Amino acid sequence: MEKMMMLASVQGSTAIAIGLIIGLGAIGACIGIGIMGSKFLEAAGRQPEMIPQLQKFMFILAGLIDAAFLIGVGLAMYFAGGPLLNSLLAVAK
Amino acid sequence: MAAETPGEYISHHLTNLSIKVGEGGFWTLHLDSIIMGWLVGIAGIGAFYLVAKSATRGVPGRLQGFIELMVEFVDGTVRDIFPGERKFLAPLALTIFVWVFMMNLMDLIPVDFVAAGAGLLGLHHWKAVPSTDLNTTFAMSITVFVLTIYFSFKAKGAGGFVHELFTAPFGSNPLFWIPNFILNVIEYLSKPVSLAMRLFGNMYAGELIFILLALLGTSWAWFLPSAVLSAGWAIFHILIILLQAFIFMVLTVVYIAMAHEHH
Repeated sequence: MEKMMMLASVQGSTAIAIGLIIGLGAIGACIGIGIMGSKFLEAAGRQPEMIPQLQKFMFILAGLIDAAFLIGVGLAMYFAGGPLLNSLLAVAK
Repeated sequence: MAAETPGEYISHHLTNLSIKVGEGGFWTLHLDSIIMGWLVGIAGIGAFYLVAKSATRGVPGRLQGFIELMVEFVDGTVRDIFPGERKFLAPLALTIFVWVFMMNLMDLIPVDFVAAGAGLLGLHHWKAVPSTDLNTTFAMSITVFVLTIYFSFKAKGAGGFVHELFTAPFGSNPLFWIPNFILNVIEYLSKPVSLAMRLFGNMYAGELIFILLALLGTSWAWFLPSAVLSAGWAIFHILIILLQAFIFMVLTVVYIAMAHEHH
């Protein structure tokens, strides 16, 4: 019974951690894309002839901004497989 | 196959086919990543080679026109970033772009088709996208890192490179040598790590969402929403695939161009 409680506690904390990783990462990525997009639209409004060049840089920046967030998602998905339980299971046997 | 739990379905689709050629985790090869990497590389680069061999100076056919478009696009991008000698850099950029794009393209094949095809061949696991394997992306980024160091040596000389390693941001006062070195090491190491993990994170998350959306369609009521959402995500994923290949290429060129700079 106590084993189940410990397992449940580790699983619960892992679930909260995954949620935090993905959520906080998404906040950063979305605010970043929002600011960059608004600046791009402003610049496009001022100088419509620059739109192709600015668009190229916008796509590059979009990929870079999403990088840290998606690395976080990858890590969170790795934790979802339950690797933090391994040491507990090894001792509990 | 119908009796697995959702967790088993997900982890079954996320496991690589691995064989051991020696002791320990380092000597475990992910056969599916290696084979798929070779196959898509031969297909992509082979197409370019075949078109180049039979190229005509007159009015080009559609395939040759498309290949010329790609080569000019990559050449223009490299020229914008690195105005120097690009006899090696532009083909490297083109290879990286085509290969990463072809590897990512395998992500658009529905997950169950891949598993069924592998089942026909008697293989229990098969991941069709090499860039969802951390080993593949790190192999590419470590290669780019080695090239960066090679070009640094070539542009600044061995003495110049070591001198810059110890004096770069702050100055040549001996007090600053340790902070300079630490900052330079962090800067040099962060580049391949971020390059590899960006591509891996994007592709792994994309594949995982494909699997989760496929899992949504287990009952007839949910089948149509699952198919529609999968199609929508696949269309969005086409943009992500192109973008990630383009960013890998641009960052490779930027890092090698930065290696030529003097501080």
